[in-house]
Amino acid sequence: MAAEVLAELGAVSWRQPTDERFLRRYARIWLCWTVAYTAPFLAAAIGLVMLEPLAFPVALASLAHAWIIPELYAFRGASVLRPKGPRNQSSEAVAQGLLGDLLGHLPRELQRRTGLAMQRSDMGVWLLGEAGAVLVAPGGRRVHCFCVRTTDRELPPSDRIAHLLLALRTDEQGFATVANHAFCGAPWRVRRRLPVAMRPALDAACEAARAEDGERA
Amino acid sequence: MSRLIKMDASGHSTLAEWTEEDQSGFDAAVREFRTALDEGCIGVLDQGEGQAQQVRELPRDAELVILRRPIAGG
Repeated sequence: MAAEVLAELGAVSWRQPTDERFLRRYARIWLCWTVAYTAPFLAAAIGLVMLEPLAFPVALASLAHAWIIPELYAFRGASVLRPKGPRNQSSEAVAQGLLGDLLGHLPRELQRRTGLAMQRSDMGVWLLGEAGAVLVAPGGRRVHCFCVRTTDRELPPSDRIAHLLLALRTDEQGFATVANHAFCGAPWRVRRRLPVAMRPALDAACEAARAEDGERA
Repeated sequence: MSRLIKMDASGHSTLAEWTEEDQSGFDAAVREFRTALDEGCIGVLDQGEGQAQQVRELPRDAELVILRRPIAGG
C-alpha cells in the first residue's frame, strides 16, 4: 500500500490510527467483552438449576440470552456486507465495467459471483461491499467488520464498492481509521449470517489470509 | 488518450480527454478537475497492484484519473 494519508482522515482527526497493533488489542478487548456479557447468563443458568431444579425454564431463558446476544453482534458484523441502497439497474453495468477494470482477474470473477471485492493488503485480506468492509486478519482465524461507505448514496452498487477500493488502495490504515468498527470475531460467526451467495467470498478471503500467513512464516 | 472520469449516478461520466500534444484539451481537463475538487471530489490515480494515489494536480501523462466522493464511517 502507498504511504499516503487518506484525505478523509481530517474528518476523524481525534481517532487513534487503526493499525495491526490496534486491531490485535481491539480483538482482545472484544473477546473479553464477549465473555463479560455471556458468562453471567451462563453462571445464572447453572446456579439456578443447582439451587432449584424446578427453575430450569428460567435457566433456559438465561442460556438463550447467552446465545442470542453474541449472535446479534455477529449479525451486525455480517450486515456490513449486505447490499444496501438503490440498485440503479440502468447504470450498474457501466459501474461494473469500471470496477472490473480496477480488479485483477480472480477478484473480478469473485466479485461478479458474490458481489464482494477482495483486496490483499499488509493488514490482511479485505472484502469490500457496498457499504462496509471485512478484514480477515493474517491466519484467517479472525475478522474485523467495518461500516464505511461513500457519501454519495445515489451511486450504483459497483461504484460504491469502487469508492471503497480506491480509498483502501490509497491508505489502508487511514481507511480502517475512517471506518467504524462493528464487530470482531471468528469468521464462522459472520459466515453463517451472510447471504448464501456471499459466503464463497469470505471463504476465499480466509483461504488467502491463511496462505499469506504461511508465506510470511 | 488520457481520460478524466467521475463516478456518478450514471456509472461514470467522462469529463475530459486529452493527449500529450493536445494542450487545449489538457487545459480543459485541468479546469474540469479543479471544479470537481472544489465540489469536494477526490482525484485518484489507480496504480494497479493494490495501490492508488490521490492527486491534487492533474497529471498530464496519466492514462486514467478517477474522481470519487469522500467516504465516511457508516
